[in-house]
Amino acid sequence: MTGDVLVVGASAAGLATVEALRRKEYRGRVTVLGAEPHLPYDRPPLSKQVLGGSWTPGQAQLRSPDALAALSAEFVLGDPAVRMDAGTRTVHTASGCTLSADAVVLATGLRPRTLPGQDGLAGVHVLRTLDDALALHADLAPGKRVVVVGDGVLGTEVAATVRGLGLPVTLAGPQPAPLAAQFGPLVSELLAGLHAARGVELRLGAAVTRLTGADGRVTGVRLATGEVLPADVAVVAFGAAPETGWLAGSGLLCDNGVVCDSRCRAAEGIYAAGDVARWHHEGLDTLLRLENRTNATEQAVAVAGNILGEDRPYTPVPYFWTHQFDARIHVHGLLPAATDVSIVEGSPESGRFVARYRRGGVVTGVLGWNMPKQARQWRVEIDDFAPLSRISRG
Amino acid sequence: MKVTVDEEKCCGAGTCVLLAPDVFDQREEDGIVILLDERPGEAQHKIVREAASVCPGAAISVSEQG
Repeated sequence: MTGDVLVVGASAAGLATVEALRRKEYRGRVTVLGAEPHLPYDRPPLSKQVLGGSWTPGQAQLRSPDALAALSAEFVLGDPAVRMDAGTRTVHTASGCTLSADAVVLATGLRPRTLPGQDGLAGVHVLRTLDDALALHADLAPGKRVVVVGDGVLGTEVAATVRGLGLPVTLAGPQPAPLAAQFGPLVSELLAGLHAARGVELRLGAAVTRLTGADGRVTGVRLATGEVLPADVAVVAFGAAPETGWLAGSGLLCDNGVVCDSRCRAAEGIYAAGDVARWHHEGLDTLLRLENRTNATEQAVAVAGNILGEDRPYTPVPYFWTHQFDARIHVHGLLPAATDVSIVEGSPESGRFVARYRRGGVVTGVLGWNMPKQARQWRVEIDDFAPLSRISRG
Repeated sequence: MKVTVDEEKCCGAGTCVLLAPDVFDQREEDGIVILLDERPGEAQHKIVREAASVCPGAAISVSEQG
C-alpha cells in the first residue's frame, strides 16, 4: 500500500491505527479526522478519575504532543464527518472539507442513548466525552440527589464515583442486580452488595420510562411502575448506539455497526475498528461488535495490518475491566454464554477470587475480582474458540 | 530504547505480559505492571512498541533515545 490513509475518529482506535501503520513501516500520508476539538484522550478514566476529580483532563490524554508529532500524521480536529461515498472513498466534514484516500478507517465510536423528555433539560447528563465528564463533575454540588439510569458498566461506575464524592446516589435499571446480564447472578449479587454497603440506593428490576422536569430542570426519573425517583441530577447511561448515522447513503452496510468481513473490511479499501465495527469473528463464526477499550486498540492493529496486505482474520478473546469502589473486576472471554460458574481461586469472602464460566464443559470466560494477574493466567483455558463455536452452532 | 511505566494509569489488564513476557510482569496482589527490563534488546523493540500502543491504560511509554 503506497497511497493515502484517512482515519475517521481520533480516539483510542483511530490513534492505535496510525501507530500500528507506522510500526509496520508504512511511510505514506495519514490524516486523522476527529469530531471533538481535543487531542486523542482516553475514555475509561472519564467515569472514574476525571469524574471523581482526582485527574486533570490532561492526565487522560493518550499521548504526549511529542509522541503525536513523531507519528507524522495530520490531525484535523473539531470537524465531524457528516457524509461518505464508499465508491470513491470520499468523506465530507461539517466544515465543508472533502477528504479522499486509498484506504479509509471508520472509528467513530458510539453515541449515548437518551430518554424521552431528556432534550434541553438542565441537570441531565450523558457520559461519553471529556466535555460530558467535566460538565457532570461541575454539576455535582454537595447534597444534590443524583439518579443514575443504567445498570451496566458505565452506570455502575458513575454511581460508585459519585457516591465516593459523598453525594446521595440512586441506581436505577431493569436488571435484578447490576451487570446481571454480563456477570450472571453470583457476581452481580456481590456487586449489588458492594454498592449497597457503600450507600448507593439500588432501585433495580424496573425499567426507566422517562425523565420529569419543571422550569427546564430535571426533577425526577420515572419508572415503569409509575414511581418517580426525585433527582437534582440525572445521569443517563443505559447504553449507546454505533455512530453510523453519517454513513447513511454511503453504500456501506450498517446494521448495529459497520458490517465487516473477518478482515474488518467493510468494502474495498474501507475498514472499521473499535466500538463502531461489527465484524465476522472466525473463531466464534458470528458477527460480533465489542464496546471495550482493548478491542479498540487490538482491532486497530489488525486493521493496519490488513491495509498493508497481511490478510489476517481478527479473532480476539474479548476483555474488559471495571473499577468500582475497591473492586477491580477483569473479564476475559464471554460470560453470558455460560451456564456453570465456579470459583477456582480465592473466595468471595476474602474479597479476591477468580470465577470460571463454562457451558457444556467448555470454558467460555473467566472473571477476576481483585485478582487481575490470576484472571489473566486463567485466560489460557479460553484461548481456543473452536469448541465454543461448535456449541454456538448447536 | 528506554521503557517507562505509570503505575497509577495501569489497569492490570496484563496485555503487555501477553505480548512481551520478558519485559513485563504483574504484581501478584493487585495486577499492577512490573517492568522487568527498562532497556530491552533490539529483538524486543517491535513488540514493546506494540505493547505501549495497545495498553488499555496508556500506562507504557517508550523513548527511542537512551
